[in-house]
Amino acid sequence: MTMELLGVTVLWTFLYGYLIVASIDFGAGFFSYYSAVTNKKHVIHKIIERYLSPVWEVTNVFLIFFYIGMVGFFPETARYYGTALLVPGSIAIILLALRGSYYAFSTYGAKDNKWYMLLYGGTGLLIPAALSTVLAISEGGIITENGERIEVDWTAFFGSLYSWSVILLALVSVLYISAMFLSYYAHRANDQPAFEIVRRYALFWSGPTILSSLFVFYAISQQNPQHFLGMLDVGWMFLASFLCFVISVYSVWRRRRLGLSFLFVLLQFAFAFFGYGRAHLPYILYPYISIHENFTNQTMGTALVVAFIAGLLILVPSLILLLRLFLFDADYVQGKYAKKG
Amino acid sequence: MPNYDPVYYSRMLTELTLAFHIIFATIGVGVPVMITLAELIGIKRNDPYYTLLARRWARGFVITVAIGVVTGTAIGLQLSLLWPNFMKIAGQAIALPLFLETFAFFIEAIFLGIYLYTWERFKPMIHLMLLIPVVLGSSASALFITTVNAFMNTPQGFSLENGIITNVKPILAIFNPAMPTKVAHVLSSAYMTCAFILAAIAAYSLLKNKSKVNELYAKKALKLTVTAGLAFAITTAAIGDLSGKFLAQYQPEKLAAAEWHFETSSKAPLVLGGILTENNEVKYALEIPYALSILAGGLPDAQVKGLNDFPEELRPPLYVHYFFDTMVAIGMFVIFVAMIYLWYSRKKNMKPYPKWLLNTVVFCGPLSMLGIQAGWFYAEVGRQPWILRGYMKVAEAATSSQQVDTMLLLFCILYLILALTAVKVLTRLFKNNKVTDELSALGIVGKGELQ
Repeated sequence: MTMELLGVTVLWTFLYGYLIVASIDFGAGFFSYYSAVTNKKHVIHKIIERYLSPVWEVTNVFLIFFYIGMVGFFPETARYYGTALLVPGSIAIILLALRGSYYAFSTYGAKDNKWYMLLYGGTGLLIPAALSTVLAISEGGIITENGERIEVDWTAFFGSLYSWSVILLALVSVLYISAMFLSYYAHRANDQPAFEIVRRYALFWSGPTILSSLFVFYAISQQNPQHFLGMLDVGWMFLASFLCFVISVYSVWRRRRLGLSFLFVLLQFAFAFFGYGRAHLPYILYPYISIHENFTNQTMGTALVVAFIAGLLILVPSLILLLRLFLFDADYVQGKYAKKG
Repeated sequence: MPNYDPVYYSRMLTELTLAFHIIFATIGVGVPVMITLAELIGIKRNDPYYTLLARRWARGFVITVAIGVVTGTAIGLQLSLLWPNFMKIAGQAIALPLFLETFAFFIEAIFLGIYLYTWERFKPMIHLMLLIPVVLGSSASALFITTVNAFMNTPQGFSLENGIITNVKPILAIFNPAMPTKVAHVLSSAYMTCAFILAAIAAYSLLKNKSKVNELYAKKALKLTVTAGLAFAITTAAIGDLSGKFLAQYQPEKLAAAEWHFETSSKAPLVLGGILTENNEVKYALEIPYALSILAGGLPDAQVKGLNDFPEELRPPLYVHYFFDTMVAIGMFVIFVAMIYLWYSRKKNMKPYPKWLLNTVVFCGPLSMLGIQAGWFYAEVGRQPWILRGYMKVAEAATSSQQVDTMLLLFCILYLILALTAVKVLTRLFKNNKVTDELSALGIVGKGELQ
């Protein structure tokens, strides 16, 4: 494997990590607010809070890690995306800022403040939409370069079917992934009433998720035929993804093997995400930035890979510790520790 | 109204975000150290008052961390959005410390989450150990990000020709000349500032709530924080002196601008306060003879380079003098106050401290934060017009986008909202959980003692 392929794979893996943890987080925020409005808060809020509180800060780091790694491995991206994305990027930052701080305000400070919860829950749906604009832009045809000036054609962006299909998929899959995770977590906690509610959410959002995935397929064939052909080449990955989807929804429907079911959700998105990414190569921004021509200098590339491996040696055990304490510890999940702090 | 200028608005927006972020970043670096100290003393002396202190600090700390994280994300992304041409070079030459910073941050985030939710799950000593990665992570991320800033002041480890970077040496870029003093000064001033902020809270509580139990609690808090604050403040001042010597050697124009020092000379005096006339004459200032030479070279007759040796377009703005003076004056003042406090607290009869002293200590908290702001403004404005000293000017690095002014307005509103809510939430958090109530809830003091 060449260094640039390794670099982009690492980054893509972190983006996948962010996709999963952030989806759980964003969706849970929305469900938490929704349950408060529909007077079911007492049933599911505790479950959500017990999971989210220790991990919310980590979620954000996945995004920063991806972004810094991207600029490090492929510095050209800073110039193109940086210039082009000022407005959507700033809006995403503002939403992330509101969400992050109001989460802390409502969890540790003013409990039961509906306004804080609305800000926190509402922004959770807007952020995926804002962030997914980057995916749409990376397909080409939106950013144009005239000499030194880099400009975004927003008419082309909003006029493109593909942009809307990606935003739609981002929205529904956030709710789907989150509900599937919460089903698993509530089941582990032996919390039957909460489980029944989140199970209904999960089953409800499975339909729109698979429909919008198909929609993205169609839209991409219109937007970037070359990418579409690449995706057909790795068509087995998308088939595998669909199969995983069927298995996981089936087991949630039968109320059985919820852990395995969530594992298949992870696989479903892994297959689709990596299939999509692989077909997009060698381009990071079609047709301006490719991983071969715009890789950082060799010395920095090597230094980053070494730092990355060293970092993983500390990071992975720490993450495992975090998961063991708050996800795989049955006593904690069932709320048996008195929470004082 | 001046014409729309993306460079000007990009500078404003970056200043705004950094000035807001640095408040919470400083708290994020310093407070874990203070929590560790309190918990450690609590365990060593078997004194539950200190443990409660650590708990209460940690509780407020979470709120500030949240804002620190989100504004840190903002500045990270804004670097690319507002300074795309700079980030292209930074990506080639200095990506390593940026990358390492995210690792340090990752570790801090993970262990802070664990620490906050395991008070009841681990033995005190093991629970305390969870703070070590938090302290290391937060200080290491400050170290790495300051390294990047140091690189912007004294870039090295690459060559730049016609916009193309070659010959990159990542390790050399990290260990640039500005790095040691800058990192040390940032860390120790953050520890110092947090100690004084927590001291201010303790002094305030001593003034407001005169019950016996609270007095005992607040006095312990005050003693710990002011003692630590004094130690860190003296360290900060000593490193500040080294920073002066560094500037004289590597960035003489920054030091000269801070001191309104125009003619290169030896036996140069240090200028305090004053104003500058249009003909660059200093008026109404207090001059300390030889002090600038000592600061710059260690000897009274050391030669100090003056501003006239630099072409006018490469000189930093001269108003940085006021930032420099503010920073130094605040540093000296808090050292002085902390010494008076210690002198009082060593007196055998444990009378309540005089009101004026407590009021001054309350004042020292925000004052230290102001010192941090002034110091950063001095360091950053002092390297104008460069973004990479000697390589790239600020104007060449900025975005060409036409919407920066609107974004500036949006972020102003955002930070205003965040600041107001944070103050509201923090006040309520501590008003609803009184020290005395918690002490009795935890069974540390009986109901009878609370009267």
